[in-house]
Amino acid sequence: MTISRRGLITGLGAGLTLGGCQKILETGPADLLATSLDRFTMGAQRLVTPRTALAREYTRAERSPDFRANGSRTADTAEYRQHLAEGFATWRLTVTGLVRQGQSLPLEALRQMPAHTQITRHDCVEGWSAIGEWTGTPLKLILDRAGVLPQARYVLFECADNFGETPYYESIDLIEAYHPQTIMAWRMNGAALPERHGAPLRLRVERQLGYKHAKYVKGIVLTDDLARFGGGKGGFWEDRAGYQWWAGI
Amino acid sequence: MKSLPGDTVTDAKVVRRHRLSTRAWHWLNVVAVFTLLMSGLTIFNAHPRLYWGQYGANPDDPWLRIGATQSGDGYLRIGTIRIDTTGVLGSWQKDGRQVVRAFPHWMTLPAHYNLAEGRKYHFLGAWLLAICGVLYLLWSLVNRHVGRDLLPERGELAPRHLWQDVKNHARLRFPRGEAAVRYNILQKLAYLAVLFVLLPAMVLSGLGMSPTMNASWGWILDLFGGRQSARSVHFIAAMLIVLFILVHLAMVVLAGPVNEIRSMITGRFRIPPEKAS
Repeated sequence: MTISRRGLITGLGAGLTLGGCQKILETGPADLLATSLDRFTMGAQRLVTPRTALAREYTRAERSPDFRANGSRTADTAEYRQHLAEGFATWRLTVTGLVRQGQSLPLEALRQMPAHTQITRHDCVEGWSAIGEWTGTPLKLILDRAGVLPQARYVLFECADNFGETPYYESIDLIEAYHPQTIMAWRMNGAALPERHGAPLRLRVERQLGYKHAKYVKGIVLTDDLARFGGGKGGFWEDRAGYQWWAGI
Repeated sequence: MKSLPGDTVTDAKVVRRHRLSTRAWHWLNVVAVFTLLMSGLTIFNAHPRLYWGQYGANPDDPWLRIGATQSGDGYLRIGTIRIDTTGVLGSWQKDGRQVVRAFPHWMTLPAHYNLAEGRKYHFLGAWLLAICGVLYLLWSLVNRHVGRDLLPERGELAPRHLWQDVKNHARLRFPRGEAAVRYNILQKLAYLAVLFVLLPAMVLSGLGMSPTMNASWGWILDLFGGRQSARSVHFIAAMLIVLFILVHLAMVVLAGPVNEIRSMITGRFRIPPEKAS
């Protein structure tokens, strides 16, 4: 027991000083520091990561036997249940905001575009990972079809699932949006995308943590300012719990 | 190592023992490492299971798990060994209430569970550790701290010498006189292991968990054998650093805490006089 007691004392000693830091870090300037640090990390990672550097791809044999579903496992609205019952026959993906030509695409239109299949690893911010095979339409093709205006800086994803009262949403910048592995996936492990993994359409943005991979996507918005959406921080968890907007680590 | 006659108290000799770069790095590291360790436990609490390989999540088999049973008994499971840890790990009390969570509040940063905040502290600590560490390492190579003070000298690695030093430590017989100014061989090996093995392993395994860094520096994934292996190594290396800190603190206390701590703050170290016998 001596070691754990010593550990206790060490912990308490550090706890006293760090407790003070905790108070300091909850103030306004500290929030600014945290945001700046986030941007600094992003800048540093971008500095050593080429725009098109690919996420690791795996073989079918390396897939997780059981891919954990997290966050929303369904979109619990009457509208969604109706879509689910109809096999998403009338589901549409809209593309709006800073684009030349707004789009309202049925799933069939997406499936007719050149598809991309990749076996990649999904990394949750909590620490776990799962490997799965995804097939979908490269986001770049969808964006090109709409024609992104030069002043657009972010791509925002509007989702059909509600977490409490607020709809889920996420955003990425154009570098991640145009990445060759960034797809709007409609198949998973060789079958239609399951409900609990975001049917009928979810984002795969393979160099980012799991909370960025918006599920049940119904709308894509091109914007130059994230402050106008939701709580203004660019995503549901960013607004709700202070998660980092840059989810590259 | 120049002696400072003006500072001499009684007949003991006072020398300047630690350089400013070593002292500054030591205390910045105290802040960085404690921030990292405690916020790291918060992050671990988000998913208190460790795996080997590329993937690992709830449906998969962890090699280490901290959890609690339905009846609220905390446990630590490593492989097939299960240890009851009720009150310390997995299930513990806070303000008279029972909390089911891996590491208890007094070890974590922040003290309440908040993954987003824990990550903020962790990256703040990580940048401090990385920037100071690189500067210190480069400066220590330039000023020959590594070469002169840390690398073993000829004969020091001989089994007889090593065994003698192990016996000295076991008997709590610490060097006196001029010998006390230099690091002994076990001390050198411990510092070298932390500097050139543990700290680089921490940084690399940390980067190995970043999906962006996996795309740019895929060799880190291969070095550890997958992201979940990197996460396991990150945790094991962190525990080894905790072990180092505990031994380090014990040695400071046993070797004379006032003199030792002063030498790390002001640099001045009073040489313990040789025994008369």
